[in-house]
Amino acid sequence: MLDDFMLRATLAAIGTAISAGALGCFVVWRRMAYFGDATAHAAILGVALALLFGTSIFLGVGFIAFLMSVLIFALSGKGQSVDTILGVLSHGALALGLVAVTMIPNQRINLDAYLFGDVLTVTRGDLGIIWIGAVVVALVLWRHWTALLTSTLSPDLAYAAGMNPRREQLVLTLLLAAVVAVAIKVVGALLITAMLIIPAAAARNFAKTPEHMAFMASGIAALAAFGGVRLSVLLDTPVGPTIICVATAFFALGAVSSLVRRAA
Amino acid sequence: MTAILSATGITAKHGRNTVLHNVDLSLKAGEIVTIVGPNGSGKSTLLRVLIGALKPTKGKVTRKDGLRIGYVPQKLHIDPTMPMTVRRFLDLPTPVSDEDAVHALCTSGAQGVQSQQMASLSGGQFQRVLLARAILGRPDVLMLDEATQGLDQPGSARFYQQIDAVRRELNCAVLMVSHELHVVMSASDRVICLNGHVCCEGTPDVVSAAPAYRELFGTGTGGALALYRHEHDHHHHHEAAE
Repeated sequence: MLDDFMLRATLAAIGTAISAGALGCFVVWRRMAYFGDATAHAAILGVALALLFGTSIFLGVGFIAFLMSVLIFALSGKGQSVDTILGVLSHGALALGLVAVTMIPNQRINLDAYLFGDVLTVTRGDLGIIWIGAVVVALVLWRHWTALLTSTLSPDLAYAAGMNPRREQLVLTLLLAAVVAVAIKVVGALLITAMLIIPAAAARNFAKTPEHMAFMASGIAALAAFGGVRLSVLLDTPVGPTIICVATAFFALGAVSSLVRRAA
Repeated sequence: MTAILSATGITAKHGRNTVLHNVDLSLKAGEIVTIVGPNGSGKSTLLRVLIGALKPTKGKVTRKDGLRIGYVPQKLHIDPTMPMTVRRFLDLPTPVSDEDAVHALCTSGAQGVQSQQMASLSGGQFQRVLLARAILGRPDVLMLDEATQGLDQPGSARFYQQIDAVRRELNCAVLMVSHELHVVMSASDRVICLNGHVCCEGTPDVVSAAPAYRELFGTGTGGALALYRHEHDHHHHHEAAE
């Protein structure tokens, strides 16, 4: 079972897409695109660490993404210009990662695989980790949904209802780190944010409620993943960017159709 | 009657500035208390301390066990990327039945907007929906932070009438923050005049006659800010606390 590399690639892409699609709604609603970028870019540093210590890439990336997101979380409570801090951390981490990867002795690695993903090489073990990650993200989102949503709308409303919006923000931060770890194999560090944002943005054109939007975003992301893998084989193009292209096409379709509806 | 919510010796900061100094406040069940004060007097900060959104640097907030707070924020910005129908909004933080939702909208004066998007509501409707959401949790105390900001005068007068109706139905305490003295005061049991500290406190009559209050709000505003009071001299048993 799962001997076919195409099947494994497709399943890996769909698993990542489903969790990234739903989580991406929060990234969009809370305007965390830059936050996502910073966490994702730090992943390259995680790759370097994993290679250095000979551990699993998932572990290294997850660990560094987690550190990065906690760092941003701590800084964002201080009321400074978050935008600038994120810009510094995001690109600083990417550059540091790129340098660190080349400094590892006796390693000639293919950087492209980590920057743009390399889903055609996922093993059965990778696939297991990706799906476990996706299921955990979905379960945590499910459990925290109301608190996350209320905190996103207004921290004060959440406090008045006895919730702790800071804690919810931390939960979101951790979920983001998990998705980054899972997605690096599929779309690569540079396009993880796209996987979060584009399906959610495409779903916005049709959705009436937040839940509606999250399910649609997951669905659109899964379709893009499926279509992207197929199309990349057909056209002999890199898989990660092709998936994002398909997602962007969905967004464009949605935008045009909502324009037409409004005009009609 | 004992207080359901009380704050003692509250000192709190907004950013780096200390905006509240040693503020005491207590609220009894069913009581309507209005906090008035000029801009920057710490009214909203005090409310945020009371709902637990802000930790005071000094002082203590005591709540009755299991106190339910219905909070109506000054304004609520819903990011345009988030689709949200009125009906779904009313389900936050706890899902409610359709029947309760319709009833709460009626009580708040916003009938028939369930299926609309929050973003498509007018300012007045939006505030009423916020009020409806706040009362769905059967609150012991309804807290309103300048809830009529952005409404014109007749609009805010109607909104306050609605609050009065809500209070009679729910029998909850109401704590509101406002600068619209002329509309608010008539309905209040007690007015607290705040300017970083409690300047004066008491029934509307007492406060509007207090020198500290007159200093803050002036007496020369004439008709525009005239307080309309109605029969306040005979049904108030509790006199000024100070």
